[in-house]
Amino acid sequence: MKVAYQKFGAFTQMDQLMHSVKKQYEKAHPGWTVQLEPIQADENSYYTKLDLMSRSASTAPDVLYEDTFLVNADISAGYLAPIDNYLSKWKDWSQFTPTAKTAGKGQDGKTYGVPMGTDTRGLWYNKQLFQKAGLPTNWQPKNWNDVLTAARAIKQKVPGVVPFNIYSGKAAGEAATMQGFEMLLYGTQNQLWDPKSKKWIVSSPGMKDAMNFLNTVFSEKLGPNPQDALDPQWGTKVSTQLLPTSKLAIDLDGSWLTGTWKKSGTKPWPQYTKVMGATAMPTEHGQAPGKTSMSGGWLLSVGSKSAHKDQAFQLISLALNRQNTLTYDNLASQIAERKDVANDPKYKNSDPFTSFFTGLVKYTHFRPAYSTYPQVSDAIQQAMEAVMTGQASPGAAVSQFGSNVKSAVGPDKTTTSS
Amino acid sequence: MSATDVVARPTGTPAGRPARSHQRGPGIAQKLLPLVPAVVLLLLFFAGPVIWSLYTAFTNEALSGVGAGATRFIGLGNFRRMFSDPAFLSSVVRTVVFVIGSAVIGQNCLGLLIAMLLRGRSRAVQSAVSLVVVGAWVMPEIVAAFCWYAYLNRTGSLNSWLGHIGFHQDWLYTAPMFGVILANVWRGTAFSMMVYSAALSDISPDVEEAASIDGASGWKRLWLVTLPMIRRSIMTNLMLITLQTLAVFTTIYVLTGGGPGTKSQTTPIYMYEQAFKFYNLGYGTAMALILLIVGALFSLVYLRFLNVDEK
Repeated sequence: MKVAYQKFGAFTQMDQLMHSVKKQYEKAHPGWTVQLEPIQADENSYYTKLDLMSRSASTAPDVLYEDTFLVNADISAGYLAPIDNYLSKWKDWSQFTPTAKTAGKGQDGKTYGVPMGTDTRGLWYNKQLFQKAGLPTNWQPKNWNDVLTAARAIKQKVPGVVPFNIYSGKAAGEAATMQGFEMLLYGTQNQLWDPKSKKWIVSSPGMKDAMNFLNTVFSEKLGPNPQDALDPQWGTKVSTQLLPTSKLAIDLDGSWLTGTWKKSGTKPWPQYTKVMGATAMPTEHGQAPGKTSMSGGWLLSVGSKSAHKDQAFQLISLALNRQNTLTYDNLASQIAERKDVANDPKYKNSDPFTSFFTGLVKYTHFRPAYSTYPQVSDAIQQAMEAVMTGQASPGAAVSQFGSNVKSAVGPDKTTTSS
Repeated sequence: MSATDVVARPTGTPAGRPARSHQRGPGIAQKLLPLVPAVVLLLLFFAGPVIWSLYTAFTNEALSGVGAGATRFIGLGNFRRMFSDPAFLSSVVRTVVFVIGSAVIGQNCLGLLIAMLLRGRSRAVQSAVSLVVVGAWVMPEIVAAFCWYAYLNRTGSLNSWLGHIGFHQDWLYTAPMFGVILANVWRGTAFSMMVYSAALSDISPDVEEAASIDGASGWKRLWLVTLPMIRRSIMTNLMLITLQTLAVFTTIYVLTGGGPGTKSQTTPIYMYEQAFKFYNLGYGTAMALILLIVGALFSLVYLRFLNVDEK
C-alpha cells in the first residue's frame, strides 16, 4: 500500500508520523506492507507531483496527503474516492468538529478526506527587538497602520534587522497568497469570492488597499529585500534562521511555526517561549470584529485508483486516531479538530501559543476551495510580485490581476465589488 | 550537408552504415538491420509523446480539475486563447530576444572569433583554449546554471570581487535577460567554436594567400572570401544553436525562475508554468507547437539570408 505525502525544508513532522503509523499498521495487519513515498518538493511542486502520480493507476497512491483547497480540483479530476461508507462506521468520526467534517466535503456532498488538524495565522514578533525599539512587549496592533508604525520604529531604531516579513511573490507560492495577501484582504470589507453570484471578485477597494499596504512595506523598505524574499527557500530561512537569531522583528505567519522550534523540530530553539510573542492580525481600520485570520489544513484521502480502499481507510483511521492525532498536532503545532484531542491537557499545555492560535478560530476565514483557485492564487502572487519589485503600481497590479483571472477562469466567472 | 558531417555530436543518433563484415553486396535488409534498434527506441520514447502532445494541444487536458476528469477536444481553443494572452505574446518576444542575443550574436560570433584566433596557433594554445571552452559545454546544464547563479547573485563571487574596486551589480534582478543571455553564451559557445574550427581548417591557405596578393585587406578577406566559403557551416550552426536555445529551460529557471515578475519569462518557462503550476497541460503543449513554428521561421530566415542553395 502506497502513502504519498510532503517532506520539505522544516516540515518533517508528517514524515515522523507516517513512519510511526507504518510500524503500527504493519504490526496490526501482518502481511501488509506500507510503502512510504515522501515527496521532497516545495508546495507547488508537491501538488504537481502528486497529481502526476494520481493520473495513472500504476503510480497512483492509495493514501494521499491533500491540501483542503485542492480537494475540489482533485475530486473533479477523479483522483479521490468518497469515504462516506467508511466514515459512517468509524466511531471516532463523531469526535470531529462540524467545521472539520466539512473540510473534505466535495460539491457533490460526499466526503473525501479526514482532516489532520487546522491552522490559523497571525503576527509573530520578537519581544527583545521590540524592547530595543521602545515598543510594548505585549503588542496589540489595532489596525494596519499600527503594524506599519511598529515596523517603521524597528527600522529606525534597530538597524540590521528585517522589520516586517510578509510573504509575497511567486517563489513563496501559496504562502504569499494566504499568509500575505488574504490576511490583508479578509481584514477589509471585501473578499475574494462572491458566494451569491458564484464569481471571483477581481477588483475591489479592499484589494487595492491590500496592494497599497504591500507597496508601502516594500517601497519604505520595511520588508525583506525583494531579492531575498523571492528565493524559494525564504520560508525555511525565516523560521530556521532569521527568527531564531533575532534578525526579523515582525512576521506575518502561521500557527505552526513553533513546530520547527520544538525539540523534535528541524531548528530546536527552546528560548522561543520567552523571545517570541504572538498577536492577532488586525482588520484594516480596526473595524469589527477587530481581528482576522485565515485557516487551511490538510486531509488524508483515499485514492480513487487504489486497489485496496478498505486497507487505505484503515490506515487513515489509524493515523488519525486520538493518540496519533494528539502526537501529530503537538509535533507540527496544528490546531486540533478532534474534540477529545482539543480537550486533552497534553494538547493544551503542549505549547504556550496553542490557546492563542486556537482562539483565532473565531475570526478565521477559509479559502474558496474551487478548482480554479490555484490559478487565481497564482495571479495574486504575480500581482504581489509586480508590486513588491516596483514593476507595477498597486492600481496597475489589480487591473493586471483582473485580466489574468479573466483569461484563466473565463470572463463570465468574475465580477467586481465596490 | 548534415550536422554530423561538420562535427560529431555525442547526442546524435547513430547513422546507418553498412555492416563491416559484409562489405561485398549486402542485401537491403542487412543494410537496414543496424538501424532497427535506433528506430525502435525513437518510436518507443519519442513517437508516443510527440503524437500525444500533438493531440493534447487541441484538448483541455489538465493535471487536476475538470480537464483531468473529462478531457475533451476543444479544437483551436488553446491557440485562440494564446493569441489573446499578453503574457504569452511577451514571452515569445523575450524568447526571440534570448535566441538572437545568446545564440545568433553571442555563441555564433564568439565561436567564430575564437575559431579564427586559434587558426595557426601552436598546439598547446589550441588545446588549452579548447579545454576551457569545451569544459563549459560538457558541464550539465543544471551545474552550469548553479555556477552562474553563484557568480552573479547579489552576494555572489562577481560582487565580492567588484566590491574591492567599488562596483556592484545585481543583474539577475535589474537586468535578468542580460544575465541569462550571458550564462547561455558562456555555456554554448564551444559548439559554434568546434563547428567553425572544422570549417576553417577546410579552407586551403592558398585561397587566402591569393586574395591577399590581389590586395584584399584583412576585413575584406574575411567578408568576401572566408565567410562565403564557410557559409554552409554557418547555416548549419545557426540552425542547430537556434533550436537548442529556443528550448533552453534549466538555465533560466535556475538563474531567475523567469522573474523578477515576468522580466525573464521566456516561452519554455511560461509553458512549464501553465502546464505544471496551473495544471493546463493542453495549453502548455499548444505553446510547444508554436515554439516549433518559431524555430521553423528562424530557419527560413537563415536559408534566405545565407543563399545556401545558390550555386
